[in-house]
Amino acid sequence: MATRTIRVDNLARVEGEGALDLHIRDGRITAARLNIFEPPRFFEAMLRGRGYAETPDIVARICGICPIAYQMSAVHAIEQAFGVHVDGQLRALRRLIYCGEWIESHALHVVMLHAPDFLGFSDAIEMASAHGDIVRRALALKKTGNEIMRVVGGREVHPVNVRPGGFHRAPTVAELAPLAEKLREAHETAVALVRWVATLPFPEIERDYEFVALRHPDEYPMNEGRLVSDRGLDIDIAAYDSEFEERHVPHSTALHSVLKRRGAYLVGPLARYALNFDRLPAEVQALAREVGLGPVCRNPFRSIVVRALEIAFACTEALRVIGSYAAPEASALALTPRAGVGYGCTEAPRGICWHRYDFAADGTIRTARIVPPTSQNQPSIEADLVAVATPMLDQPDGAIRHRCEQAIRNYDPCISCSAHFLRLTVHRT
Amino acid sequence: MSSARKPKLAVWKFASCDGCQLSLLDCEDELLDLAGAVSIANFLEASSAVQPGPYDLSLVEGSITTSHDAERIHKVRRQSKYLVTIGACATAGGIQALRNFADVNDFIAAVYASPQYISTLATSTPISAHVKVDYELRGCPIDKGQLIEVIAAFLAGRKPAVAAHSVCIECKQRGTPCVMVQGTPCLGPVTHAGCGALCPSYRRGCYGCFGPMETPNTAALAREWQALGAISRDIQRAFRTFNAAAEPFRKESTAHGDQDHPG
Repeated sequence: MATRTIRVDNLARVEGEGALDLHIRDGRITAARLNIFEPPRFFEAMLRGRGYAETPDIVARICGICPIAYQMSAVHAIEQAFGVHVDGQLRALRRLIYCGEWIESHALHVVMLHAPDFLGFSDAIEMASAHGDIVRRALALKKTGNEIMRVVGGREVHPVNVRPGGFHRAPTVAELAPLAEKLREAHETAVALVRWVATLPFPEIERDYEFVALRHPDEYPMNEGRLVSDRGLDIDIAAYDSEFEERHVPHSTALHSVLKRRGAYLVGPLARYALNFDRLPAEVQALAREVGLGPVCRNPFRSIVVRALEIAFACTEALRVIGSYAAPEASALALTPRAGVGYGCTEAPRGICWHRYDFAADGTIRTARIVPPTSQNQPSIEADLVAVATPMLDQPDGAIRHRCEQAIRNYDPCISCSAHFLRLTVHRT
Repeated sequence: MSSARKPKLAVWKFASCDGCQLSLLDCEDELLDLAGAVSIANFLEASSAVQPGPYDLSLVEGSITTSHDAERIHKVRRQSKYLVTIGACATAGGIQALRNFADVNDFIAAVYASPQYISTLATSTPISAHVKVDYELRGCPIDKGQLIEVIAAFLAGRKPAVAAHSVCIECKQRGTPCVMVQGTPCLGPVTHAGCGALCPSYRRGCYGCFGPMETPNTAALAREWQALGAISRDIQRAFRTFNAAAEPFRKESTAHGDQDHPG
């Protein structure tokens, strides 16, 4: 019996550290594992005994790339536990800062981390030698996303302005105005980016995912909605535990999430898009059709097109919020702590980020649970590896290795969030 | 100076959130110029092209929390002419150093169903506890302007021009009214400058993410906080966040009881 082992020790252009293991026996893949050996940091344990007011600052540190996702899920959970609902301009400002995070995070992934794969470059800097204009414009786009984070949040990484009840200081109309000019330019860049990424050479593959995302009555979802899937799931975020389950597997310091009744599912741009296409503005829908993308996309490699479309949407949405902004009377609603449980679930750039906190009467956390997007996608990532590697088992290890790395990067995996490290090993027997 | 060889830059990650190395990619205006001036020889988050060492400058993000990483940092040191830590994790142990005040087995059991799969050290320690460090850049996250300055300084063979005073000076420089005077507890008087006094400009107290300044008077500040109505628990929490294991903050937090982790 011939055993074949393909290994990627350190997966590049992903956030965090992981490895990949592929076992092939008698021409068949017997195991495909995404090994995450990011050193665990135990946030849920560290949060016990901490105050509700400091929670958004602490959970931001789970991820330097999507701190707003953690802050937003946390503040919504805290407000639910204390019986407060944030609305009006404060709610709109939260949507604005989330647009900033989607723009900077997606632009980083689309151009700096993902596009080089399709064109045979090892990074964006090398890609800049052949596609300088695209890299420079994408950096400007990313900078505009970061600019929103800086104006509304104080800084790009670990913003300081978000608090339970609203913000420490609401920005003035004059502070937001300069963003509008930059966003109009960013929108143009994003539209051009959609058209460019749609021309990249994509492997033909269709995957039978169960898509899971938030769904809101009239918005493309960010901070609020019910948890839905394309196979009939439609639940309040508080009912997450009745349908989903986290499992601890030996090869990962990130817990694997599965649907109790059906197993692997997919969160992130492809899921959000497929379940909420009708919530996108007509011009974004038209742009999708123009570049040949239907209302549902099941090719994980094409997620780069959906991310670019979401950047275009986020620019439009940010402009809408700024256009109708008036500084709120108070920058935050007053909160009175009470004993109880609160849930928060928001759409991080990589998919739903679910939080549950149990508070003591003085607002101190008794227990915390946080389910990041990447840990939910782990079983789907592993299934993708089997799907992409199976048709190419007669090819050399190097080709399989490269395609598998790409398949992982399709997810923009945030291993820092999910715990963190990638190494690819292919065992052939 | 020879034009034949560009200095080699490497970026390494240990236990962290990736935010400090992301700050390098957030230098949107400088990134392509930087890539022209140095050879980015090992930066896994940004590139799959890895050149072997030795490296002229290694930027290290993250703290040491596993025995594997405790060995790996020595390999990084051996390959690096200069080693600079970037951020609170690498410089002070980070938020994950809260485990140093608790029982790590209890932490593992709180998060993982099968503790036997988890291999971790009882403490989170800064890079300087393991190898010689040439410079420590503060912040959770670091300031990208300071990062560019530190890279430029090391490549030019000069000392980085990074101020060591407190956040208070930065408030005065930018004309921000003192939030303590208005009754808001603030760690600015004992916290290392670098952020540009961000939190007070958003009308909140500094929460110390750049860690202690040189010779901070934390006890005097704690008394000020008490005068504003803060109780021991609040003071302990304030000193026990992203730089909890930095000695002056560790000492002050311990002086206010040990009620942070009842679990």
